[in-house]
Amino acid sequence: MSKYNLDYLDELEAEAIHILREVAGQFEKPALLFSGGKDSITLVRLAEKAFRPGKFPFPLVHIDTGHNFEETITYRDKMIERIGEKLIVGSVQDSIDQGKVVEQKGKNASRNSLQTVTLLDTIAANGFDACIGGARRDEEKARAKERIFSVRDEFGQWDPKRQRPELWNIYNGKIHKGENVRVFPISNWTELDVWNYIRRENIELPSIYFAHERDVITRNGQLMAASPFLNMDEDDIVEHKKVRFRTVGDMSCTAAVESDADQLDDIIAEISESKISERGARMDDKVSEAAMEDRKKGGYF
Amino acid sequence: MNLLKFFTAGSVDDGKSTLIGRLLYDTDSILADQLEALQQSNRKNDDGSIDLAILTDGLRAEREQGITIDVAYKYFQTEKRKFIIADTPGHIQYTRNMITGASTAKLAIILVDARNGVIEQTIRHSYLVSLLGIEHVVVCLNKMDMVDYSEEVFNTITDRYKTLATDLSLKDVTFIPISALKGDNVVNESEHMPWYKGQSLLHFLENVDVETGPDYNLARMPVQWVVRPQTDELHDYRGYAGRVLSGSFNVNDKVTVLPSGTSSVIERIEIFDQTPSEVHAGQSVTLHLKDNIDISRGDVLVNSDHLPQSSQLIEADVCWMDTRPLDEHITYLLQHNSKVTKCKVREITHKVDINTLEKQEAYDFKLNDIGRIVIKTADALAFDFYTDNKANGAAILIDSRTNLTVAALMFRAVAD
Repeated sequence: MSKYNLDYLDELEAEAIHILREVAGQFEKPALLFSGGKDSITLVRLAEKAFRPGKFPFPLVHIDTGHNFEETITYRDKMIERIGEKLIVGSVQDSIDQGKVVEQKGKNASRNSLQTVTLLDTIAANGFDACIGGARRDEEKARAKERIFSVRDEFGQWDPKRQRPELWNIYNGKIHKGENVRVFPISNWTELDVWNYIRRENIELPSIYFAHERDVITRNGQLMAASPFLNMDEDDIVEHKKVRFRTVGDMSCTAAVESDADQLDDIIAEISESKISERGARMDDKVSEAAMEDRKKGGYF
Repeated sequence: MNLLKFFTAGSVDDGKSTLIGRLLYDTDSILADQLEALQQSNRKNDDGSIDLAILTDGLRAEREQGITIDVAYKYFQTEKRKFIIADTPGHIQYTRNMITGASTAKLAIILVDARNGVIEQTIRHSYLVSLLGIEHVVVCLNKMDMVDYSEEVFNTITDRYKTLATDLSLKDVTFIPISALKGDNVVNESEHMPWYKGQSLLHFLENVDVETGPDYNLARMPVQWVVRPQTDELHDYRGYAGRVLSGSFNVNDKVTVLPSGTSSVIERIEIFDQTPSEVHAGQSVTLHLKDNIDISRGDVLVNSDHLPQSSQLIEADVCWMDTRPLDEHITYLLQHNSKVTKCKVREITHKVDINTLEKQEAYDFKLNDIGRIVIKTADALAFDFYTDNKANGAAILIDSRTNLTVAALMFRAVAD
């Protein structure tokens, strides 16, 4: 009798599909949070594998800061057209216009933290009971401790001390009215796993992931794309560099890295060699050692 | 390349976090900005070197108290294998967290402080490993540098542990003398212990055989979702989507749907755009049957010639995981894979003192208590005994007042 063995990408994929189908089976009104980044693009691919030839049992939800890379929005709209699924957009600009949040001031102003309010409002307005997200445990040490089914109270808060035990591959999605569950099907994937999967599956990505020429300025030792969304002053020197982005977020808080990697293979080689972690290019995590823990407690993705 | 999930049992005092930090550090799994954050941190070892334990501290409360509260997952890879570590807390008050981390692991690392030998905690951790049926056990005798790398100390402790392993029916046990702090036998082989002829811990982890052969007798697939596009061109498409829990399925296999007992034959197997002729445990698939029968979420497809147990009365080992004690008067929800049914606790058989392994008469079950109960379910469950088939032999209890997961169950027998 010959032994069989799942390759690690097959195993991670099978686990993620299992989780997505559990969401479909356990919840009344789930949604898939789509940022336009590679992790949520991977989730879309996994959802195709879980539910085709049927429709997705959930819409995609994009929390739009209004400070997007144009390439992300182009990609998003093209992808929605291809997969023929429903997209719901929650707009941070609307939250600002409604006076629910106030735009940050000063040089390091960003709309990243404002997203939480828009996200919670969008969840409430649509009555979502489960939101699928692309967070991974290797990203950050608070995330390393979060469950795959992570229950949030009606204020969207995560309570790390009251997490439910999560045993075997049995996921308890029971919640009270008003609560919702954040579900992370690719919790056990690393950044490199995602890239290897994208290569294996031949998944198209927004062009900003690949090396390109761009005007940038240096802020706190990091390269930021020069854009109308960045509060710039005379100290800021605009330089033209060949860069790429390792994550896709709000333009005002997503830093670029200098790179010549314009092909997937080059990116994978670069990451394998890399000496800086992915979230190291996110200024929003740099504020304090417990930055992510605090944002998650407040209802962040 | 395949994936190995393992968990580490031990406390901060045994150097558990240092061991994990060492595995990550010596396999170059720490990135520059994380290392920078480490170096900036105030915590240092006595000799001024970086305190590797910080790498595994996640939550603020844990950093403040210098302890591990919850399971942290860490990832690293070598040329040979990818690893997921569930770093679980060792203290008795976090038994439920240890069980959470251990439930999906194929291998357990039990840390023993070479100065103290086998202590109460070692017995407790080993008991949990035995209860959860973890296939491989590595006992790391840590802090060998503090006992002059003594072979005699190593032999005394391993002899004592072998007796314990026999008592607990642990099968595959390997002993490795290490110093997590100094790096002996963790990744690199030690120069200080020429008497030790075995592999370093990492080499062992890379080489341990965790593959299984296909076993058609144990073919089980709970249906998670029925794919029905209901479009014009796919009007009759009806696919049963789920993850093969155990065993293997072939096209043309005769399968039975439980609990209804209806039988049919597998017509086609799909994995997205592929149509394999066979699928195995762990794969997420869509099955098509020759006959159009009523199947919905919570049903399970099994090999018709090797049916699982079917009963409403089941004897199970239980670990209680909630601050509210077990209440024999209320109805819980039992979740067995994708199946949820109501459930009552009919009888508490005994409780186990997990420090001494003595069985005691019990009238109540509180947080972290472990023992045996008899449950009665509203619907009959199609299950296997945990010893024969872990994947189909376990369940959780949910308290419908709080929706919390309150207990882990491992099915041991059909009760009368």
